[in-house]
Amino acid sequence: MKGSIFGRALLPIYTILALLFLLIPIVYTFIFSFNDAFKTNIQWQGFTWHNWTNVCDAQGVCEAFGNSIIVGVVATLAATALGTALAIALVRYKFRGRNIVSLLIFLPMATPEVVLGAGLAAQFFSLGTPKGMLTVIIAHTLFCLSFVVVTVKARVASLDASIEEAGRDLYASPGQVFWRITFPLLIPGIAAAALLSFALSFDDFIITYFNSGSMQTFPTFIYISAVRGVPPEANVIASAVFVLAIVGVTISQVVSSVRRRRLAASR
Amino acid sequence: MAEVSLSSSGTELTLQGIRKEFPGFVAVDNLDLTIRAGEFFALLGPSGCGKTTTLRMIAGLEDPSAGKILLGGVDITDTKAYKRPVNTVFQSYALFPHLTIFENVAFGLRRRKVSNAKELALAALDLVQLAHVADRRPAQLSGGQQQRVALARAIVNRPALLLLDEPLGALDLKLRREMQVELKKIQADVGLTFLHVTHDQEEAMTMADTVAVMNNGHIEQMGAPESMYDLPETAFVADFLGQSNVFRGMASSANASTIEVAIPGGTTLRVPVARASAHSGDVSVGVRPEKMSIHAGAVAPQTDTNVISGGRVTDVSFTGVSSQYSIDFGPLGNVVVFEQNLKALPTVDLGDVVSVSWKVERGFGLRDHRAAVIDEASEL
Ligand SMILES: Nc1ncnc2c1ncn2[C@@H]1O[C@H](COP(=O)(O)OP(=O)(O)OP(=O)(O)O)[C@@H](O)[C@H]1O
Ligand SMILES: [Mg+2]
Repeated sequence: MKGSIFGRALLPIYTILALLFLLIPIVYTFIFSFNDAFKTNIQWQGFTWHNWTNVCDAQGVCEAFGNSIIVGVVATLAATALGTALAIALVRYKFRGRNIVSLLIFLPMATPEVVLGAGLAAQFFSLGTPKGMLTVIIAHTLFCLSFVVVTVKARVASLDASIEEAGRDLYASPGQVFWRITFPLLIPGIAAAALLSFALSFDDFIITYFNSGSMQTFPTFIYISAVRGVPPEANVIASAVFVLAIVGVTISQVVSSVRRRRLAASR
Repeated sequence: MAEVSLSSSGTELTLQGIRKEFPGFVAVDNLDLTIRAGEFFALLGPSGCGKTTTLRMIAGLEDPSAGKILLGGVDITDTKAYKRPVNTVFQSYALFPHLTIFENVAFGLRRRKVSNAKELALAALDLVQLAHVADRRPAQLSGGQQQRVALARAIVNRPALLLLDEPLGALDLKLRREMQVELKKIQADVGLTFLHVTHDQEEAMTMADTVAVMNNGHIEQMGAPESMYDLPETAFVADFLGQSNVFRGMASSANASTIEVAIPGGTTLRVPVARASAHSGDVSVGVRPEKMSIHAGAVAPQTDTNVISGGRVTDVSFTGVSSQYSIDFGPLGNVVVFEQNLKALPTVDLGDVVSVSWKVERGFGLRDHRAAVIDEASEL
């Protein structure tokens, strides 16, 4: 009994400490987005709304953020489309080299980012492709692809093949079977894969740094400006992204719990 | 697809030498079968004998390794599943989990752009008594309800041929009987051709015009339910459709009308030539338990009656209208007799030494002894 009392006290303390540890940098970033900083955003100088109302004042921060969004969206779309097709092919069709492809797909995930980034940069160099938006998008698509394939593959494998057969039996052509049955059933997996891709792409620094040339994404902008002190506007953007993510998660939780309750009520 | 229309009548199905091999395994072996237009055809057989595989080949979900499938005289062996005017009630239901019950049922009609899809789908849901759950998802229904949705989803299309893979397996007895009547009515009203797979021999016998008994990938025997029951050709069929007593023997002599079969113990049994599927060599004599009589002591044999003596009663169960006796005949094995309690109550008791008899014209001659499956099981 003694041990359990000890455990009962210890667990909440441990949890609170862990949460604090995780939250402190975020809270710090959030608070300092309101700092009336002059040159550096390290010491508290006083409260202001100015950083939030004039986000784009800091040199290059909005452009870098815009680049990150473009790269994230394009790479996510490309990786999700390609990865979904590949995942279906890997589960459903028996072709020569299927096992090798399944294995190779893991490679970008297992390779250290530095190696992947440097390797890609060397490839682009030898192909003569100028570094910039395009090379970053290609690089991001590549590493997101692995994650999409792995995520969607699990979903495809769990699909009951007889459901699609029922579709064929009920006069649906192969295209109709895909769009009316297979695809809707895969949506949860595809959406999860797309979210993951976007988060990975938005977050990526190492591979981007090797392949972006003079173009800056949000992470590379922060890295470079960190030398002089990150402008408070960057804190604003980081805080805003965090708040948006929290709001998004909350909404989806509420919606799904309402739907569950409605389902239960209709029984 | 547009050429597929709601059928106003069923179509004839012919299977010619259909065979299906899976790696290292033959699931269906050289199957020949004709189902007449508008017929209710029941396929019976033990688990794993190839019933579902046969249906899947007819539906176009599995390619036969050899053979041809003709529907209404047209070769559809290479026709894609979605272009065949055939629908299936899947053994596993296979409902679309992301669609409502109504959308599930309307799916086939919508794909064929049937104009009054909505009314037809609602009518089909009414038929299976599920109109009140039209807006739910499959996961919110019980197993029996899902099974009825699967039925409605297939029937609503009025296919030229409906394949039913144990469509009533998950229903309780009362609902099962109701759905049987309902199915039979739809089949008769629209004149659809039904190919109905079932484990339930009573269901097959009461509903079907023709019954086929399948075993190990081939059809053992097929025919009208009454004649299959009255005159099985193999021990497997004799055992699978109802109960029977089978005595293994050798044909000792035969004339134009009767075969004499010597069985172990020195007894000779007679069976009419017309009721035997083998006339020389190994012939087994079978008889249904309700066609036999039981007598205390020994009885003198007569030309029109087979008699076996010297059995010991090992079990008597009284079921009201009839009594069931189990009698041990030593090397001949166990014999089961049903006797109706017409006049007096049971005449013999446990442990009594008795004889059994039956009219020669009630027995049947089988070309084999016991089905391999059953043999293995009894030797264990
Ligand atoms: N895809 C497959 N690959 C290999 N073997 C298979 C495959 N599908 C079925 N079989 C085998 O073929 C045989 C016949 O299977 P089938 O599903 O047709 O049986 P069934 O008569 O419908 O049985 P049940 O009454 O249990 O539904 C079984 O032994 C099964 O293991
Ligand atoms: Mg089956």
